Amino acid sequence: MSITAASGELESTATRAGHWAAFSRLMKAEWTKIRSVRSTPWTLIVFVVATLGLTALFGWLTVHAIETGRAPRRGVELSLDPVAFILGTGLGLGQLAICVLGVLTMTTEYSTGVIRASLLAVPKRLHVLAAKAVVFTVLIFIPGEIAAFCSFFIGKTIVAPVSTVALSQPGVTRAVIGAGLYLTVLGLFALAIGTILRHTAGAIAIVIFLVLVAPGLLSLLDSYDWGAHIHAWFPIVAGGYITADHQQAGQLLTPWQGFGVFCAWTALLLAASGYLLHRRDA
Amino acid sequence: MIEVTDLSKRFGDKVAVDHLSFTVEPGRVTGFLGPNGAGKSTTMRLILGLDHPSGGGATINGKRYAELASPLRTVGALLEAKSVHSGRSARNHLLFLAQSQGLPPSRVDEMLDLVGLRDVANKRAGGFSLGMGQRLGVAAALLGDPQVLLLDEPVNGLDPEGVLWIRNLMKDLASEGRTILVSSHLMNEMAVTADHLIVIGRGKLIVAAATEDVIARSSGQAVRVRTPEPERLTNLIVAEGGKAIQAANGNGNGGEPDGQAPVLTVTGVAARRIGELAASASIVLHELTPQLATLEDAFLELTSDSLEFGHADSEPAGQSTEGNAR
Repeated sequence: MSITAASGELESTATRAGHWAAFSRLMKAEWTKIRSVRSTPWTLIVFVVATLGLTALFGWLTVHAIETGRAPRRGVELSLDPVAFILGTGLGLGQLAICVLGVLTMTTEYSTGVIRASLLAVPKRLHVLAAKAVVFTVLIFIPGEIAAFCSFFIGKTIVAPVSTVALSQPGVTRAVIGAGLYLTVLGLFALAIGTILRHTAGAIAIVIFLVLVAPGLLSLLDSYDWGAHIHAWFPIVAGGYITADHQQAGQLLTPWQGFGVFCAWTALLLAASGYLLHRRDA
Repeated sequence: MIEVTDLSKRFGDKVAVDHLSFTVEPGRVTGFLGPNGAGKSTTMRLILGLDHPSGGGATINGKRYAELASPLRTVGALLEAKSVHSGRSARNHLLFLAQSQGLPPSRVDEMLDLVGLRDVANKRAGGFSLGMGQRLGVAAALLGDPQVLLLDEPVNGLDPEGVLWIRNLMKDLASEGRTILVSSHLMNEMAVTADHLIVIGRGKLIVAAATEDVIARSSGQAVRVRTPEPERLTNLIVAEGGKAIQAANGNGNGGEPDGQAPVLTVTGVAARRIGELAASASIVLHELTPQLATLEDAFLELTSDSLEFGHADSEPAGQSTEGNAR
């Protein structure tokens, strides 16, 4: 114990610049790792193509249905909340690619054994996780925002005959930027679950359950006061609030509060994954 | 230098490493021997900080692995288990390791040349043969020009050319004053490679000594004698203070199944003296062969009661015999 403490003190007297140099080396290494496997570009291509393609497809189908009188209620919904409609269709499915990439970023280290090489190179395991998370955040944030804005403009053009929407309207720009932020945090959420579970299939199954199935099940609880709270504070649901341009009637959290709740859940999971990574045998 | 002090590791109620202490000195190849399941790989993983010890610890040049700032510049390791992404190229695998240590990318190309993987450097590592994979592992281990090397079963599954390459590499590295710990269950390989041996069984230290001492320390020299009069010769040998054991045979009439004279394994009396004794008593000898103790014998003798699966193997055999009797 005394040896550990002494070396800790020594380290704290070292220059901040030295620490930063060491961490930037790690980020460079993590960047090399993540860019040098095929799953990364492929998942991102699938993400962008699926998001934009589905936004266009669902937008066109819905507008066509409304115009031909097949779905008059959809027309009312769409004109009430066009942003939620545009960002909810393509990104709603495209987000699964981000989840898969988040999980794979960590679980392939275990399935291929690279984790041993990684931890031999950097025995301070939390540094590995931190560098990976930072690199992954940048990797997801940029395509996430691009996909969010492209989706918005594609969707806006397609729904124009039924409903008009523009970035200048209140809350719209925040919702579109928010969609990219939501995707970024979602990726980290999946990364944390991948780190905790270490197995690709199990982690992907759980993340997809949490993203696609659980919110629907929890909405059944909305008629109870306590149930509505559980629903609203559920990470994926709370995080999704930021992708709508205005707060729904009876919605318990504001968009930014919801995003904060999602970030807090993600931070909690990352902390748990860091603790497990540190404690477990590799 | 590697120092292991009272190192222990339990997995549940199974003890993998049991209060193990030893030192690995620089400038020579130290062989780390033990039967399968003896705890060699676990010990190496503990030294390298991949597993957490249940007790005790290990230091490399006086520091715990986790305290090393750029560990690959101090320690290189080749683990038995695969640690390369099959979809990543050899170059990118080495590149990320080099970047994490602040080594220049040119070092990656040097290593690729050294191990002869330059031509396939941009190919996916998943398509590599066992030998190429092992070469990549060696390149990763030597990347940071480390003073200390730990190699877990490096020649396992390699062709003779690869074995020779690894063997010479280890000797060269040791002659440069580096500390080399190499594990193996191949005794004969260690006999020609290792200067020093650490033998463990069931996670415990059995012996740590120079290779020739380990060989010499085993039962000593035995002599194989074939004679039609084993009882008379045995009496003479026992009278000289030696020991003679008649080899067990199948037919129970004292002769070998093929009609040859029975075989005695004599210890404690030199071959020359056995010949003289036999001549003086007019005993006919059909064979008189001094048996050189090998590292294999020494090892089997040292670890005979620490074989992990010894009991498990004998039990089902006994049960099946009972079944046949019924």
